Amino acid sequence: MFHQSLDWTVEMTTIPSTAAAIADAVRSGVLKATDVLEAHVARIAEREGEIHAFNLVTTDEARAAAERIDADVAAGRDPGVLAGVPIAIKDNMCTRGIATTCSSKILEGWRPPYDATVVQRLAAAGAVTIGKTNLDEFAMGSSTENSAFGVTYNPRDITRVSGGSSGGSAAAVAAGFSPISIGSDTGGSIRQPAALCGVVGVKPTYGTVSRYGLVAFASSLDQVGPFSTDVRDSALVLEAISGHDPMDSTSIPQGPLSLQGVLSQGVEGLRVGRITDMPGGADPDVTERLEAACDALQAAGAIMVDVQMPSMKYGLTAYYLIAPAEASSNLARYDGVRYGKRVNAPDTNAMYSATRSAGFGDEVKRRIMLGTYALSAGYYDAYYGKALKVRRLISEDFDRAYTRADVLLTPTSPIVAFPVGAKSDDPLAMYLCDVYTIPTNLAGHPAMSVPFGTGAFGLPVGVQIMAPTLGEQTMFRVAASLERSMIASSGGR
Amino acid sequence: MTQFDMSKNEIKVAANDGSYLLDGYELVCGLEVHVELATATKLFSASANRFGDEPNTHIDPVTLGLPGALPVLNHQAVELAMRIGLALNCTVQASTFHRKNYFYPDMPKAYQISQYDQPINVNGWLELPGGKSIGIERAHLEEDTGKSTHIGGAGGRIHGSTHSLIDFNRAGVPLVEIVGRPDIATPDEARQYVTELRQILVAIGASDAKMEEGSMRCDANVSVRKPGAPLGIRCEIKNVNSVRSLGRAIEYEARRQIVLLEAGEKIRQETRHWDETDGRTHTLRSKEDADDYRYFLEPDLVPLDPDQAWIAAVRAALPMLPRERRNRLAQATGVPSDAESIMVIVERGQDDYVLAVGQAGGDVGRALVHVKEAFAEQGSNPAVPAGDLAGMIILETGGALTSTQAKTVLGELVAHGGGDATAIAAAKGFEALDNSALEAIVDQVIAAQSESWAKYCGGEEKAMGALVGAIMKASQGKADGKAVTALLQAKRS
Repeated sequence: MFHQSLDWTVEMTTIPSTAAAIADAVRSGVLKATDVLEAHVARIAEREGEIHAFNLVTTDEARAAAERIDADVAAGRDPGVLAGVPIAIKDNMCTRGIATTCSSKILEGWRPPYDATVVQRLAAAGAVTIGKTNLDEFAMGSSTENSAFGVTYNPRDITRVSGGSSGGSAAAVAAGFSPISIGSDTGGSIRQPAALCGVVGVKPTYGTVSRYGLVAFASSLDQVGPFSTDVRDSALVLEAISGHDPMDSTSIPQGPLSLQGVLSQGVEGLRVGRITDMPGGADPDVTERLEAACDALQAAGAIMVDVQMPSMKYGLTAYYLIAPAEASSNLARYDGVRYGKRVNAPDTNAMYSATRSAGFGDEVKRRIMLGTYALSAGYYDAYYGKALKVRRLISEDFDRAYTRADVLLTPTSPIVAFPVGAKSDDPLAMYLCDVYTIPTNLAGHPAMSVPFGTGAFGLPVGVQIMAPTLGEQTMFRVAASLERSMIASSGGR
Repeated sequence: MTQFDMSKNEIKVAANDGSYLLDGYELVCGLEVHVELATATKLFSASANRFGDEPNTHIDPVTLGLPGALPVLNHQAVELAMRIGLALNCTVQASTFHRKNYFYPDMPKAYQISQYDQPINVNGWLELPGGKSIGIERAHLEEDTGKSTHIGGAGGRIHGSTHSLIDFNRAGVPLVEIVGRPDIATPDEARQYVTELRQILVAIGASDAKMEEGSMRCDANVSVRKPGAPLGIRCEIKNVNSVRSLGRAIEYEARRQIVLLEAGEKIRQETRHWDETDGRTHTLRSKEDADDYRYFLEPDLVPLDPDQAWIAAVRAALPMLPRERRNRLAQATGVPSDAESIMVIVERGQDDYVLAVGQAGGDVGRALVHVKEAFAEQGSNPAVPAGDLAGMIILETGGALTSTQAKTVLGELVAHGGGDATAIAAAKGFEALDNSALEAIVDQVIAAQSESWAKYCGGEEKAMGALVGAIMKASQGKADGKAVTALLQAKRS
């Protein structure tokens, strides 16, 4: 079932399942933030053992924060639009004084002296950080199996992966550990786990959410975004965290996104593009759900159009040169000199080598080597240089497509959640999980995954909505429309 | 004088014997000068840019390259870089930043952010005082590294040390690297170039440009060739810490290369280290050992494209440059613009003062001489009012004071920070001899020193000294030396 109800009762008080409802109740004094928190802490105690969404649950800090929220409300101060809403933060975002590991041994013992801008803005909006979620090491992976601290299992079926790299954040929301969470998306790392766990996940336009304090994987592709159980909560979170940040030079100089107001606008007359030359490989159960989504939108008044994206098939290859190239540089700072792990050795070069050999996992090492190679003298033009050209071609494809369509629709993932271990020995098979999500990162465009029913084994299937730069409002209108049609088809709530 | 040790490819040359070039070779030299900009804060963060403070007191997440930190370009640094470019007749253009990747403990991110193929300033020139132009290929922005101190080894060297300490205060300090074209043909031109460049940088307020403190650092690319032959293999000389060393290092290096070539050896392209104590250059690393820096566009920064209005404003605000100041003073005094007196006065910044003395009625040529001789300690704003010095010069040029007396009065002016020259002269009892009185004294001396007079008349010019001395003595110093000489010459003929 699509909208599994997560409402439950604590001491006669019903805790709503959405962030919007919780914040309304806390702001109006109907609910206490501390009660909201304890309900979620109890939920975590119940299921975290089998899911492992978190690297760290920050119960003490969360209790202190919830008490401050309640004190604010009692004193007549408005704690903000996310008042008392528990939120899980992907463990590659800096939290002051709280370990930030990127699920890597190399950051052993490191506590950031500062908060990421996103973390600051969430706190300023009254959200209560409940923990740091597991991820593929340095966000490199599509299953959260590449974590140095173990796999995150899919709450819908704990024999299967949660997707990745933000698997912990997706699973936290799917399991009801927090109504909302924050992830990062470099090639699909929010959307793909959202699809696999049956929740909403958004990668906004590059530059709308500050990257300051997000530990970089591939700087030109990384973007922070929310997970939620419904479309409105993602809109709410994005409104709270987006907007210009002077600490991030790539941040777009404009105010926060305005999204909640458009959700009810419908899709009448919107042109929804289907990519006719999309790279194949999606399972039939997944394709079937995409068709159902197209039908639903058409029924809601949208106009279906066919578009071509001839360069899309090269996206995966380009991505797996550009992202590792940037990563090889971004991860060079983990050298054992200033923070994190150090393995002592007789001289500096040997220390670097010993530290990095012991500190990084296989996938990270694989990408550092790949990226270093792609940037090396004599290979740059053939690999990195060519990948940049493909990146431009893909952007041009999108530009052409968006003259004919307002949004594009694809599956988020070619397959439903796969069993743990099924692809861990085959990096290429794993990379193929991102074939539909990668192109928007290369173009810097927004895209989101919305749950749209189930496929094989009754597992969730996500539909991806893509939009041009700063096309979030249109994208969210389509998402809300799909959500309404799902609720209607499941007999409403 | 010259010894060979072919096994080490090292040649010992007696340095400083003045004959740095052997017959038939010419020197080709280009300089790369790094200057630290006099900004309030660092190139990419808000930490103070200050030399000489307690180690690691001007640091922050960006300076330390902490995970998640992002660079934000310093506006003031861009403006100072533009000043440098415009003062060196460069074109200021749209530019980008790249990452230069290499591991070193005092390089916190393991890459340096630097401008690569699109620097902010290109294609300028610097005119030496004698009029020769040295081309400027580019002047680009980049960040400085931290500073390592090696403990336990001999003489602070890393070799044999037990550990190293790193001070990150300097890390991220803005630098402009000024890359000169290989237009320098003598060590003296190299010295002139650096001296002139230093004066320009100080004049425009871009840097304090102190080689001793490292705020100005100079590397020299040196090669030799037979005239008309293709360029020779060059070596880059590092660790040159003064203008004087620069000349010595180039001289030594040219000589070393010539000796090698004359012995039928080949020059190896390499980086060499100037050793001030033994006056030689030593191999640091050869071209084969050079790092592959894997340059790529810095994804955390956006292109830097100063608009024309900004460039025009920076250009308009440039102060008068040393060369213009020398020309102005040369024109006013009739002394060649590369004469020592002009150079010295402009370097001291006393040219405005000399011109002010002229404005006050004093002969500006005499003012030039007096200020150069007597105002070395006075700085750009001498204590003696320009009018007071003018008063003294008027007495001198009017014949009321001999040059000897003038010097005495000048000494009084300097000692008391000014004064009335007429009153000082009167107090000292200086009254210029009129011509008849002087002639009487001359006649007396000729009579008394008939032997010297006879010798002088016989063509022994040396004999004049004794006569002049006696005349000065008889006049109690009131006689003007020039008038005495003229009289003696007139009487002989």
